Amino acid sequence: MNNLPLLLKREYWEHRGGFFWAPLWVCAVILIVTVLGILSAEVFNSRANIHMGFSLGELQQHIGSNDLAEAGNALDMAQLMFGAMTCISLFFVLFFYLLGALYDDRRDRSVLFWKSLPLTDTATVGSKVLSAMLVAPLIAFAISTVAYVLFLVLVCLWAGMHGVNALPAVFAAHPFGMFWRLLLTVPVDALWALPTIGWLLFWSASARSKPFLWAVILPIIVVAVNGWFGVLGLPHVGGEIALKTVVGRLLLSIMPGSWINAGGSGFNGRHFSFGDDEHVLTSFDPSHVYGLLATPNLWIGVVGGAALIAGAIWYRQRQIETSS
Amino acid sequence: MSAAIVHARHLSKAYGATKALDDVSFDIEAGRIVGLIGPNGAGKTTALKAILGLTDFGGELSVLGFDPRRERARLMEEVCFIADVAVLPRWIKVGEAIEFVAGVHPRFSRAKCEAFLAKTKITPTMRVRELSKGMIVQLHLALVMAIDAKLLVLDEPTLGLDILYRKSFYESLLSDYFDENKTIIVTTHQVEEIEHILTDLVFVRDGKIALAATMDEVGERYAEVMVNPDKAEAARALKPLNERTIFGKSIFLFDGIERARLAALGELHKPSVADLFVATMKGTYA
Repeated sequence: MNNLPLLLKREYWEHRGGFFWAPLWVCAVILIVTVLGILSAEVFNSRANIHMGFSLGELQQHIGSNDLAEAGNALDMAQLMFGAMTCISLFFVLFFYLLGALYDDRRDRSVLFWKSLPLTDTATVGSKVLSAMLVAPLIAFAISTVAYVLFLVLVCLWAGMHGVNALPAVFAAHPFGMFWRLLLTVPVDALWALPTIGWLLFWSASARSKPFLWAVILPIIVVAVNGWFGVLGLPHVGGEIALKTVVGRLLLSIMPGSWINAGGSGFNGRHFSFGDDEHVLTSFDPSHVYGLLATPNLWIGVVGGAALIAGAIWYRQRQIETSS
Repeated sequence: MSAAIVHARHLSKAYGATKALDDVSFDIEAGRIVGLIGPNGAGKTTALKAILGLTDFGGELSVLGFDPRRERARLMEEVCFIADVAVLPRWIKVGEAIEFVAGVHPRFSRAKCEAFLAKTKITPTMRVRELSKGMIVQLHLALVMAIDAKLLVLDEPTLGLDILYRKSFYESLLSDYFDENKTIIVTTHQVEEIEHILTDLVFVRDGKIALAATMDEVGERYAEVMVNPDKAEAARALKPLNERTIFGKSIFLFDGIERARLAALGELHKPSVADLFVATMKGTYA
């Protein structure tokens, strides 16, 4: 597997737009909106009340009233927000990346070039799995972290213009604690995402045309037909919710943090209420997050995902034509 | 194991009712340039795909001692192929393609590749999608020629290129690449252009081998005679493979008739591969 770094690099070269530029633009837009908010607040001399998941106005209030713990918490929420916003773009990027990963090169026949090199199909598929599990999320996380640092600088400058020293608020926040906690969610996200990664790669490798239809419409039709059978009293899979859970796990699990409300028994999702009483730092405590590893939901998904990936490799070895 | 690079016995492969390979057996020895010639849908590409480990098939096949079905990755260290024109990924930059092949291929020489590209207008920052069809083939050839492989497989490598690119493609291949340790298998419809570089000829028809011979054997076996009308009947009596008429004279193609007997009929020629091909494939599309 000493070709792996180069294979991952190859994925990055091909998908620079989704892996690098998409999260960069998301963060840039948040920062630009922040600057615009500050400017308009200054121009209209009104209280800044910009809600991008965090409120500059509230922050100003907290600092002003020496309620540093609250101010720090608000900044921690802002840090989480930067991560969350890039994760939303990451979901779409990964979804279409995985759906095309083993299909697009078959359609344009460049698969014949890749197959002319001494690389095993297992290594090829593996590099795509790892890109989706770790490479893209880590790049997005790095960008959101840099953007948050820039945001802190902006906030300090703005507060400084008003004679308020924002540094105590920054020190009251937990940028490093948040950094490690958010970083440690990446491996959990990666394991949780495996069924979706496997499902999308499976259809990407096997479909002769329109992998999107197979991967997305097929499960939706199955759920709909099953529900309809249920209504008519015909044989169907009981427990509508169970079927929907499976389909959700197959299609949506690459959304980072989607395990928060879906952990199932043994996983204490209530820690993520983000209420006033619960500090965001506590919510993302590894002892909470890694509680997910004790749930069957996660491991059933890992096994199912691994089986689907094995299926994708099997098809990659045999199926190199598309019908278009 | 003999000196054969490719050793195939009873290969078969069917797409539905069509037999692309129908119990085919052949050997290809080292240091040959083999032309695999056949009409569309004769099974050429299927045979090449089998050799390259790109398709499943029945029968027994060993390429350089490897089973292409199970050991494709290992096999590709010794085998290169250019399948069709323009299969290079369109998004990749020339420099990235070189870096990638250099990284994954133990027998790749970056210096050779760059020396070859220096003779073209291609630069490392260009993307494949910005290159013309001819330039893409130049790039692909540069990548492949920099690999010290034992077997090179070319499937219609010059399809759709203009004559300048086609000529320079085969010239580079012969002068800068081919030597007695290498073997080349090539399929093309432009038979006339590769005729002079081939050492072996294989005609494929309906999934079977219609003819397999070295070019020397072909020269000995087949002869073309230009016959005046008065001797045409005598010529027909010798059962020619083919007859065509030019300027009132008949040209007959014979297989395995003594030279002396043919010389008595008229002027002797060495038949072109194209003429031989047309004669062999008579009735293919009927």
